[in-house]
Amino acid sequence: MNPQERLAAALARIPYARFLGVRAELKGDELTLILPFADHLIGNPLLPALHGGVVGALMELTALTQLAIASKSEAFPKTIDISVDYLRSGKPADTFARARVVKVGRRIANVQAEAWQAERANPIAAMHGHFKLPDEGGAAVGMSD
Amino acid sequence: MSDSPPSYAAGDSAIERVNAMVRFTPQAQALAMEVTKVARGRAWGRVPYRPELIGDPDSGVIAGGVLTTFLDQLCGAAAILAMDAPTVVATIDLRIDYMRPARPGRDVLADAHCTKLGRNIAFVRATAYEDAPDNPIAHASAAFAITGAAKKKK
Repeated sequence: MNPQERLAAALARIPYARFLGVRAELKGDELTLILPFADHLIGNPLLPALHGGVVGALMELTALTQLAIASKSEAFPKTIDISVDYLRSGKPADTFARARVVKVGRRIANVQAEAWQAERANPIAAMHGHFKLPDEGGAAVGMSD
Repeated sequence: MSDSPPSYAAGDSAIERVNAMVRFTPQAQALAMEVTKVARGRAWGRVPYRPELIGDPDSGVIAGGVLTTFLDQLCGAAAILAMDAPTVVATIDLRIDYMRPARPGRDVLADAHCTKLGRNIAFVRATAYEDAPDNPIAHASAAFAITGAAKKKK
């Protein structure tokens, strides 16, 4: 399998990623997660706007997956904490997210992520979080060949 | 789905009002979230465990994103329950600390309380757990912008 296929397989193994409808694109070592709009993702039907929790979840999934790629790990890290800033309401449209691994320590990594819709320069939300790296020899979670 | 907002007619109990908001929120419905108890500035809720919500297929632990949505929604409800005249709130920021993985197969419960209702901002804290808040899965801390007209009375 090529990296794109491995990634798709790893995400497809996560039931919650299927529940949201998340897809992944990998260009080189840069990952973009794509959340196609669906009615069940709405949090405020009057505006309408995406649920903030869904946007947070998208960025967390992006951070976890980008970190697995960056650390060449065969297992997903575990979330220690996330902090989400909501910048504008998410329209009923496709949403994209990318993450940047700021620091990978021995056991803990710091990752930032952003989510946007029409324009990359106008993010709808930003996240930073800390993630516990999998122990050496931990169970593989589909990122291996 | 209805085109009109949930009714706040006099005589509705607070829990009915808050559950009407949850029923009116498609993503909260998709999680089968419910508000089980309310008090002034405080809300208790539940998300039932379901295989579709698993974040780690090897352990069966529910995804962090489920807690993000659940706690965001419940914190918003607690902010609204602190108001004399309920209005709309928008999340400014939300921080979640994960103390331990949720137990596979168990419903996630949570308790949110509004620690400060200002004229423009409400601050809310929440704890998620299976059995009791003293054995937490996660803590959340959120700030909400009060966007509607019916702010706290002057």
